[in-house]
Amino acid sequence: MSGPIPSAPSVRPVRADSAARRFVRNPLAMGAVVILVVLVLASAFAPLLTDQGPNFSSLRQAFLAPFSPNHLLGTDSVGRDLLSRILFGGRISLLGAVLALGVAALIGIPAGLLAGYYAGWFDSVSVWSSNLVQSLPGIVVLLAVRAVLGPSIWISMTVYGVILSPGFYRVVRTSVINVRKELYVDAARVSGLSDAAIIGRHILTVVRAPTIIQAALLTGIALAIQSGLEFLGVGDNSVPSWGNILNEGFRNIYREPVMLVWPSLAIGLTCAALVILGNGLRDALEEHGTSSGRSRRRRRARAAAAEPAVSAAEPAETFAIPGSGAISAAPAPERPVDLDALLVVRGLTVGYGSDDSLKVVVHDLDLHVREGEVLGLVGESGSGKTQTAFSVLGLLPAGGRVLSGSITFRGHEVIGLPATRLRRLRGDGFAYIPQEPMSNLDPSFRIGSQLVAPMRRKLGIGKAEAEQRALALLERVGIREPRRTFDAYPHQISGGMAQRVLIAGAVSCNPQLLIADEPTTALDVTVQAEVLSLLRDLQREYRMGIVLVTHNFGVVADICDRVAVMQNGTIVETADVETIFASPRHPYTQMLLGATLEGAPSRVALDAAREALS
Amino acid sequence: MLKFVLKRLGLALSQMFAISVLAFSLLYLAAGDIARTIMGENATQEQVALKRHELGLDQPLVERYVHWLTSALHGDLGTSYFTSQGVAQALWSRLPVTLTLLIGVTVLSGIVAFALGIAAGVRRGWLDKLVQLLSVLGYALPGFLAALFLVLTFSLNLGWLPATGFIPLTTSFTGWISTITLPIVALSLGPIASVAQQVRGAVIDVLRQDYIRTLRSRGLTEWEVILKHVVRNASGAGLTVLGLQFAGLLGGAIVVEQIFALPGLGTVAITYTSRGDIPVVMGLLLVTSLIVAVVNLLVDVGVGLLNPKVRVA
Repeated sequence: MSGPIPSAPSVRPVRADSAARRFVRNPLAMGAVVILVVLVLASAFAPLLTDQGPNFSSLRQAFLAPFSPNHLLGTDSVGRDLLSRILFGGRISLLGAVLALGVAALIGIPAGLLAGYYAGWFDSVSVWSSNLVQSLPGIVVLLAVRAVLGPSIWISMTVYGVILSPGFYRVVRTSVINVRKELYVDAARVSGLSDAAIIGRHILTVVRAPTIIQAALLTGIALAIQSGLEFLGVGDNSVPSWGNILNEGFRNIYREPVMLVWPSLAIGLTCAALVILGNGLRDALEEHGTSSGRSRRRRRARAAAAEPAVSAAEPAETFAIPGSGAISAAPAPERPVDLDALLVVRGLTVGYGSDDSLKVVVHDLDLHVREGEVLGLVGESGSGKTQTAFSVLGLLPAGGRVLSGSITFRGHEVIGLPATRLRRLRGDGFAYIPQEPMSNLDPSFRIGSQLVAPMRRKLGIGKAEAEQRALALLERVGIREPRRTFDAYPHQISGGMAQRVLIAGAVSCNPQLLIADEPTTALDVTVQAEVLSLLRDLQREYRMGIVLVTHNFGVVADICDRVAVMQNGTIVETADVETIFASPRHPYTQMLLGATLEGAPSRVALDAAREALS
Repeated sequence: MLKFVLKRLGLALSQMFAISVLAFSLLYLAAGDIARTIMGENATQEQVALKRHELGLDQPLVERYVHWLTSALHGDLGTSYFTSQGVAQALWSRLPVTLTLLIGVTVLSGIVAFALGIAAGVRRGWLDKLVQLLSVLGYALPGFLAALFLVLTFSLNLGWLPATGFIPLTTSFTGWISTITLPIVALSLGPIASVAQQVRGAVIDVLRQDYIRTLRSRGLTEWEVILKHVVRNASGAGLTVLGLQFAGLLGGAIVVEQIFALPGLGTVAITYTSRGDIPVVMGLLLVTSLIVAVVNLLVDVGVGLLNPKVRVA
């Protein structure tokens, strides 16, 4: 019925001409527009379309069937022409809905602008009021209004406009709050533009699209409520509206059910057309793609912040190696692959997208890890390290797939394995430590339960035993109060602790191979060293093979036995850690090492490297 | 958690109080000369004055409100101007039918919407497109039109279910089911559409989260990941929308009750409001907003239980 007030659509302004073109190409939306235009015109020009008055009754002509002479849609119980009533009723119904919309816009839009732009006490008060109004049962309020002010449709639609106003308020407020954070608004303020000018020039353009979409949806809700109210028979019966024509039909449902069809069609078509129009407008006005540009930018910023060492220390253009084409044309580096190793990857090629827009991110990659060996997979961000790691785990994100190549674990081919068989290898065969600790713990579950569940499944142990193990593991990874962390939710612990919890989870089922994707990158420098030494200790204790994805040669020096350097989705050089530091052969490796040595935080890494070598 | 619940409770109480003040003052200020309306045009000035005094309308508004509020807190909502029946009793006797509908709609739309939303979000493809299409239809079609369509089809044409009337559960279970099925289905279409849409979006969003990949990497089965972790993290969104829907749903129930001639709050609402019986109207507003407030409180607590982060806020 009155439906919820639709939540704020996330809309970014786009160029109007392209939006219009997209809208016109949407057949469903254009159909909705045609229906609405026809209904509005037919109502507006009702006197020209029929010569019968909507209230002219003739009892001799009561209950005429549709397609009777002079009465295309038939007549009602007192012989009034139904076509004429529908046409004239449309004027009242549509105008009533537009009245409610106007009142809602008049209250909701300014309130949303003020609350979003100035925040402060007005924001708190208006949010509270908006919540209050939204929790009012609309029909009951309108019945109460009718009780004291009489059955006028105009009064009830004005009041309903007030009840609808949070629909505009919330959308406008959200958009304004979002845009207020943008830099250009600050810039405008600094350059001395008045608040009114900023609202007029920058804010209104952003608010426009969501407001238009919301208007279509709210008009539909207003019409539905109005028809429902009139249908109850408490409205003004002296003027025809679609709702009271429906009521008249309903009272004669046993005698002439066809009378219900016309007003139902009018109301149903209009409501459906308005919703489809709203959705069509949203599709047309929204920026291409699913997420808004803003959140994408934020995500990129977060990703950039998560990779400080190389990307921040070194300007980006150094990675565009001069003459890199010549390098890839040079004879392929030798491929020393130990076929008896724990993990053997040969010719791995990974791509995203469909066949016609394929983007290859890993190309013809070979690597292997022996039992108890730590392999560093090094390269800049975007070189395909993480995609390689996900391929081994069989956990490529949606849209990504292994195009060719082979991955064998303990001599068994993993690629093409059915999901259930592959799952059996996870946890106790190979395990995974992610980069970002906080986003990798389920926020809704206690840490303990996230540790216990995999152990119970993989090790087949009971709840109490799994809990004991989990507590022991938490203690082993250096958490001082294991019980407290066990009972905590992820948001209650620090990032460093969360990473320890994730490491505990990864080793909980005694895996033979650990895939660690930048396990220390998101941590503070002091915590980084601790986590790394923990990882090294655990590796020795469990005799695990590790693929350590990193961009940091300090980490490599600290823990790795062998290094594979990756660039543009393929491995350019593989060597023992000593060889890499002492005599890197590939120019890209030399450049990466150079970048690390020059960066200030990497002084430590250099010393660590020297130590490791001495 | 207790602090969170108390905070929400305080918010709900403050809103209930504001609604009662607003409704009371606006209703009485807008009503004009109530005593004259009741006594009719032919009554003498003295008779009208006597009536006014009898109803307490000669006292200041604030005093009347305080009196009304104290009585209301003791469960007494006053007396109807026209029938001399107690308002609380009149509403109380009609409440079960309306509550039955509301609970039925919540359960049915909750189950169907979550099933559709989760299936569409997890499987995508044609199922997703179908659910999207149904959502637009369910959202666009007003509940009472759906009810009329169901009556025409299943009662008048097929004769499977009765078109009107209500059989209490205590009389006959099958009778009860047969009288509430169509109204509940008609009222559920809208909530199903919007809740399914929300759940679908949330499921797609949760499936992209890092922790889902990590959980999979630990060797949990796909069912465990979806039924435990995805569903729990996605259900807050659906629950919130269900709560937002509730005020509208209550209004819808009042209209749909009329179509099926169910003896719920709707009948009271229509009979008494057309007469301008303010104590009943006031009681009705109070009871319906109270229902909405309680449901929203339950939803808040439910979301808090599902998502520990919300509890802190």
